[in-house]
Amino acid sequence: MISRQLAISAAVLAVAALCMGLFVWHMRGRGTQTEYSAADSRPVTPPAAGPTEPVTLYLADDATGSIRPLETRIALPEGRQQRAEELLRALMIQYLGKDSTHSLGAGSEVRDVYLVDPGLVVIDFNQAFADSHQSGILVEELTVLSLVKTLSANIPGILQVKILVNGAERETLAGHADLADNYDVAAVDKLVAQMGESQGR
Amino acid sequence: MRWSNSRYYGFIFAASLVVIGVAGFTVFESFAAGPSVPPKQLTIYSTVANYSLPVAEYHGTDYVGLLELLEPLGTVNATVKGKQWNLRFNNAQAVFVQNSATAVVAGQSVRLNAPFALQNGRGAVSLNSLAALLPHFFNRQITWSPGSRRLIIGSVAVHFTAQIVRNNPPTLVMQFTSPVNPQVSTEPGRLLLKFTHEAVVAPGTTVLTFGNKDISSASYSETDGTAALTIAGKVPLFAAFSNNGSTITVEPSAQAAIQMQAQAAQKMNPAAPGSPALNTGSEPAAVPTGAQSYFVVIDAAHGGQERGAALSGQLGEKEITLAIARRLRQELQDRGITSFMLRDGDATLTLDQRAVMTNHIHPAMYICIHASSAGSGVGLYTSLLPPLENNRGPFMSWSTAQAAFLPASQSLENALASALQQSHISVRELSAPVRPLNNLAVPGVAVEVAPSTPGVTADLAYPTYQELIASSLAVGIAEMRGHAPQGTP
Repeated sequence: MISRQLAISAAVLAVAALCMGLFVWHMRGRGTQTEYSAADSRPVTPPAAGPTEPVTLYLADDATGSIRPLETRIALPEGRQQRAEELLRALMIQYLGKDSTHSLGAGSEVRDVYLVDPGLVVIDFNQAFADSHQSGILVEELTVLSLVKTLSANIPGILQVKILVNGAERETLAGHADLADNYDVAAVDKLVAQMGESQGR
Repeated sequence: MRWSNSRYYGFIFAASLVVIGVAGFTVFESFAAGPSVPPKQLTIYSTVANYSLPVAEYHGTDYVGLLELLEPLGTVNATVKGKQWNLRFNNAQAVFVQNSATAVVAGQSVRLNAPFALQNGRGAVSLNSLAALLPHFFNRQITWSPGSRRLIIGSVAVHFTAQIVRNNPPTLVMQFTSPVNPQVSTEPGRLLLKFTHEAVVAPGTTVLTFGNKDISSASYSETDGTAALTIAGKVPLFAAFSNNGSTITVEPSAQAAIQMQAQAAQKMNPAAPGSPALNTGSEPAAVPTGAQSYFVVIDAAHGGQERGAALSGQLGEKEITLAIARRLRQELQDRGITSFMLRDGDATLTLDQRAVMTNHIHPAMYICIHASSAGSGVGLYTSLLPPLENNRGPFMSWSTAQAAFLPASQSLENALASALQQSHISVRELSAPVRPLNNLAVPGVAVEVAPSTPGVTADLAYPTYQELIASSLAVGIAEMRGHAPQGTP
């Protein structure tokens, strides 16, 4: 025979389940409304602290349609992977600034960077990076070249770069630049040089 | 107090049911929140505006808000007085009463199909009441299609005729009473034209038969506010638009047309040497080199659900690319050069589909048109792949198919740049990681057209600017005619 205490426990559990069900149902509606704030362009992860090192960031310039080097100093950690993350974050800060020569959408951010030997870097951006990116062959190409060139110029041994968005493969950045294939560093170096030449013509 | 066994078991059973019910409901709701069934809608076509409204179900009957229906069509005003809803539309005064199936419009009593509904000061009538109700508001013909929920007010219906004008290859010409811009999609055994913006109406019979074995019939249907024409064919079919969109010509694809002509030639002279082999299904078709020595594929980038760059609030990249592509086709035709557009309407094509279609018909070259509001002039792009001369075995890598054709693509890029410069258009030649260039087994160039003056996006929509770009590209393509494409396998 089932004791009275057991029956009361079952009743309490049933009421608790009912309350939790209603709570989850209520929160489900709220959860779908939680999105990134498009107006907040600040990087979420704070920059690394410590002594600074000289680096060269390769910045895209929409007006001239070219990539130009920018010598600067940033604090870099020891590990290659962490260095790659900091370099990209420094680049994103440049692009999210008011006087940027190549604008990225507000809220664009690097989620993760993975180094896969031999020589492959996988960059994972957040959804805002791709969804708010300006659409066009040249403008998308400049973004990709800037990322690849900045990494390869500052971290030795990088041969290819793969770009993910929100942890997943994506066909194009914003309708044009191919994100399905890896970017070959040698081809990018050649193209950046070609851009400088054709811009000077 | 002591509980009996049956009371205990009953209580436990009820409690279990509650727990299971709550858990099931929560899980169901969580999953149901994802993909949802598209809501029903009413589509209205009129001389003033074409628009769609959501349909609400009330006691098993479809209702639509009367205020929302009339607002785009004139001056409308409504007031509530108890259960009475007074509506004024232009000069017509109407009185509706909540839960009553009778209304008074312009002094005349109108019998509604279902009772009038009034909620939060907004009145709604059943869809099937519209045919009886609306003629009292408008002095125009009202056509109501209950099955597809399409309402046509006034003489805006688009009629069409369809007939086969040629037999080999068969050509189906459809004439519409006003310009149309349907979504075009090709599926095995049929071509589908979906009219979402035009009040296309059924011909005398919903199925038109043509007595041709390759293009056998066209069926008209209406569903959820749209009209569709399904053209049945034994061969892959493509649609081309002309006469400002009032004429749609449906023909077999270039490859199918060549095969049909070859079949006809073989019938007339079975022993003719050099007749092209036909695609029997077991072996790839041998494409006659002489029959299409200079044949250009034009690809208007984006289309359908993929709008491309938002050049302005109203102007999408897909519209500009299509307009320039059509002009380029005309310019090439004027120079005696055959071309084929991968999309000639608002069709959605994936990048892979574009590459597959191009590689399948083996053109002399592929030109892809893009548009951008950034910068100025024209950017010409070839694939960002290193040249690879040895990629010519029986199988090619999909991701590097273009490598062997890169020298020919660069020659084409140079010819186009030269022609554009002669027209005083600023040009930039680059490589770019833009698909489907990497997947093409023919020489290919992507053309990105920017405004003539930096920042003046409206330039892109000017016919004179589009014409200048198109004619310059055509000159460059014509220049290449004398040089055999190096990449043709």
